Amino acid sequence: MKKIKVPLTESDIENLKVGDEVLLTGTIYTARDQAHKRLAEAIKQGKKLPIDLKGTVIYYCGPTKTPKGKVIGSCGPTTSSRMDAFTPALLKAGLKGMIGKGNRSQEARAAIKKYKAVYFLTFAGCGALLSRYIKEAKPVAYQDLGPEEILKLEVENFPLIVGIDARGNDIYKKASASIKQI
Amino acid sequence: MKVISANKIRNIVSQLCIQANLVLRQDVLRGLKSATLKETNKKAKKILEAIIQNAGIAKREKLAICQDTGMPVVFLEVGQDVKIIGDLKKAVHQGVELGYKKGYLRNSVIGDPLSRRSPKYSPAVIHTDIVKGNKLKITVLPKGFGCENKTQLKMFNPTAQLTEIKKFIIDAAKNAGPGACPPFVVGVGIGGTADYAMFLAKKALLRKFGVRSSKFGVLEKEILKEINRLNIGPMGLGGKTTALAVNIETYPTHIAGLPAAVNISCHALRSATAVL
Repeated sequence: MKKIKVPLTESDIENLKVGDEVLLTGTIYTARDQAHKRLAEAIKQGKKLPIDLKGTVIYYCGPTKTPKGKVIGSCGPTTSSRMDAFTPALLKAGLKGMIGKGNRSQEARAAIKKYKAVYFLTFAGCGALLSRYIKEAKPVAYQDLGPEEILKLEVENFPLIVGIDARGNDIYKKASASIKQI
Repeated sequence: MKVISANKIRNIVSQLCIQANLVLRQDVLRGLKSATLKETNKKAKKILEAIIQNAGIAKREKLAICQDTGMPVVFLEVGQDVKIIGDLKKAVHQGVELGYKKGYLRNSVIGDPLSRRSPKYSPAVIHTDIVKGNKLKITVLPKGFGCENKTQLKMFNPTAQLTEIKKFIIDAAKNAGPGACPPFVVGVGIGGTADYAMFLAKKALLRKFGVRSSKFGVLEKEILKEINRLNIGPMGLGGKTTALAVNIETYPTHIAGLPAAVNISCHALRSATAVL
């Protein structure tokens, strides 16, 4: 089990290998479909982004409402492949890590390799369990998107598995090779 | 004749929304536990244990099992001898609104599918059936979209072989892959019209774990076995637990066609039912 901190350094990323189990601590941001669309659009138009992407990690997540006395509601990962079209632009702008569930497109994987970033998986459908690793949650942008707004999260030992490493090795490419053809 | 007020329906729907989203169905939990015991892949076992732990935390801490609290799908079986005082549909939508708010669930429903602004809690998708008797049965199925997006429909030729339909179902599970949160429950609808096959596939998800179709039980078991040989496993990282159940529902169809639909549920198969 490797422990790493955000912002991710070049050597952190270098040392992560596909399949590694990782505990992540530090500041990360939630962003999913509509937020990605807006971020990518802002990058294209050369506008200032509401968050600094350099070295940061984005969590594909739209939590439930926060119950009284809690830091955050249920907050598991959403399907990453829906973000694939926007991923190369965000990586080019400095994004270094992504957390989600499921496989990525070939283009997204190539961009992860090109920009030396990393794609993490976390426990899918376990939003109640994952809320325990979040110590603080603050809205930072796109509040009109409701659950798709960007939140700044402080996470502590957030459990991850490396899905795609900076060399472009993909856990699902390995896995799909073992999927039996019927 | 039984009289039920719309207010009562609203309150029951509200409770069912909270129960379905916070408390994993006992039969689903049992299914997960027995799969964990049988799983031999270490990683898969660990993920299944996390899923079970998650259900426990959700129940104890009153948190949603999954942040995707779904598009609420409400099945109404209205006895023909029931008289409802008030607006039934409105009561259902208001019940959803109330329950989702009270349960701190997610407002994942957008009013306009194209402009995609201002997510809300409702409306629900309502399926109404008129049945004999003087009871009203309400079931709430919050359907997450990670798995809903993997729905498949195929209009087979009426001369299609059973093996082709089996392959279609297995391929649907294969294509759903890691993103749809395996282990799945695979709902299958065969027959009727295109829309009705789809409806049956969704309704099939409501069947209690361990109950097999009286006519197609053997086929269900065979397909389940084949899907579990795919080695997709929990989170798609391998293992023999790719699906927990395959439930097939059928209906008569036209001589010229053979519709088949697959509606997949993620491992967080959530539903709650009340009978008034």
